[in-house]
Amino acid sequence: MSLRGIWAVFRKEFRENLRDKRTLLSALVFGPVISPILVAALVQFSISHAETQSDENIVVAVTHSENAPNLIDYLSARGVDIEKVDLDEAGARNAVANQTHKIVLEVPADFGTRLQEGQPAPVILYSDSSRGFERRGVGRVRALVSNYGIEIAQLRFLARGIDPISVLPISVQEIDVSTPTGRSVLVLNMMTYLVLLSMMFGGLYLAIDATAGERERGSLEVLLTSPVPREHLAYGKICAAAVYMLISLVLTVTMFAIAMSFVGLEQLGITANLGPAAALQLIGCCAPLILFGAAYLTIISALTKTTREAHTYLQLMITIPTMPLIFAGILGLQSNLGLMFVPFLGQHLLMTTVVRAEEILPLHILVSVGSTLALGAVLTYIAGRLYRREALLG
Amino acid sequence: MLEARGLVKSFGKIAAVRDVSFSARDGQITGLLGPNGAGKSTTLRMLYTVLAPDAGDAFIDGRSVAADPLAARRSIGVLSHGAGVYSNLTARENIAYFGELHGMSRAERAARAAELIDMLEMQPFADRLAKGFSQGQKLKTALARALVHRPRNVLLDEPTNGLDVMAVRNLRKLLGQLRDAGHCVLFSSHVMQEVDHLCDEVVVINGGQVVAAGALADIRAMSANSKLEDAFVSLMHGESGDGK
Repeated sequence: MSLRGIWAVFRKEFRENLRDKRTLLSALVFGPVISPILVAALVQFSISHAETQSDENIVVAVTHSENAPNLIDYLSARGVDIEKVDLDEAGARNAVANQTHKIVLEVPADFGTRLQEGQPAPVILYSDSSRGFERRGVGRVRALVSNYGIEIAQLRFLARGIDPISVLPISVQEIDVSTPTGRSVLVLNMMTYLVLLSMMFGGLYLAIDATAGERERGSLEVLLTSPVPREHLAYGKICAAAVYMLISLVLTVTMFAIAMSFVGLEQLGITANLGPAAALQLIGCCAPLILFGAAYLTIISALTKTTREAHTYLQLMITIPTMPLIFAGILGLQSNLGLMFVPFLGQHLLMTTVVRAEEILPLHILVSVGSTLALGAVLTYIAGRLYRREALLG
Repeated sequence: MLEARGLVKSFGKIAAVRDVSFSARDGQITGLLGPNGAGKSTTLRMLYTVLAPDAGDAFIDGRSVAADPLAARRSIGVLSHGAGVYSNLTARENIAYFGELHGMSRAERAARAAELIDMLEMQPFADRLAKGFSQGQKLKTALARALVHRPRNVLLDEPTNGLDVMAVRNLRKLLGQLRDAGHCVLFSSHVMQEVDHLCDEVVVINGGQVVAAGALADIRAMSANSKLEDAFVSLMHGESGDGK
């Protein structure tokens, strides 16, 4: 069997798509450049934001602060910057809505007298809960105000000869274990997901153009009159898509390694292993998936009638193989031998292991590579069979 | 030499070709004439092997299309409907690609592409990307592509569609040259004048069947009309003369 036809088709598709702006953008720019920068920026932002939020003083506008001087002193001593203002209820609401003040605390005129009479003394706290970043600030003010209340209560009990401890039957101690390891899982999942998606997008336009596009422009019919077995035409096109996917994969992993080196990942408690050796291992993990992906895209393109239809389906279909990753993320699945049989999921778990600098089991690699290549071969065969159908011409 | 023997092809319930037999000889231009939807394109597509007939067979230089399509493809050059060329390749690259698919060496296909570019007067646009080509430039590129492997038989589906007068004249001249060089040329058309100007033999198809076939003069004589157009109309009526 001569492979001359496969080579000829491969070279032509490779060269033609090198001149296609859309193929180049999706293979070389969108995935490889934009997604690592986006993730790095997101991580950097969440790190810097988390830092500032816990350290910074909260600014609270207090209206009628003269009604509660002790409370104001109490808050000032605990990291709250008091800004004295004079607003009525409507004014306070507007100030928060317009963001002239983020948090407004109103002390009513009868605060002091009610407190002295032993009646509940109200204070009013205005904030906008739809603005997520201020929620923690409001929480801190609310906690401080109620702590102030508890301290007053304890003094009252003491004055009446009661041990204040006896009215605090339960004490809650919060320990947040989500950080830092929990957050690191999220970042890692996002990265491996984008690497796989970016790899698929590298071959997307070529796969559509080489089958659905060629049919639409009317060149496919003449191509089918050449003395090359039809399945060889399909194999040549799959090879060309695969090479673009490989380029996209190598670029994306490289860019991730570079982008993440600029981000203070260790501040999230992640010791990410993203050096040159790890990058090579990541590429090695994903490379077997390329045949599977290229054949998958070509099959869908061969089953659709127009490029428009192919685009519509492929945008959806491209996310389907990555679904197991999302489930794995939600369910918190750990690497095991059974999951290695699943394309995409196996690669995702192997990549996660590499990035965490954990030990990779050779058997896992063997199963993942073997099953992915076998499934890729099956899909390639199916794509070849689809090229033999008359319906290919639409 | 092309030969169709009892070709039948249906798409679902629609019978596109019911029974088509004819032959097209070397050194002649044969026109496949018929109204839109008569089955011309389907017949041609079976001859150039992209569709498999439901019944019957076609022979290219005596080789069965059904039994050995790859061998049949080596001796045909095809200009399909619409003449799609690769817009991100130059005209020269379009031609060379098909040379490569036909197994020609790099030197061989470069030389042949240059020869065809000269022959079809394509020099001004030979090394430009096909993206901005006019209809006539696209046709020349597609024609050169079809001839790159020096096929004995040339099949063209509605080649004059969308061409201006000058381009049509050039095409006529070229088809004449191919005939004189001993090629078998088969083309389909629904335009009377084309067939009248060019053909030695005519096969008239209507409703998926051959209505008349023979030399131009015979066709005219058959319907007792000196003009082909009148002959054609009378043939169409004869075919559906069952009171429609």
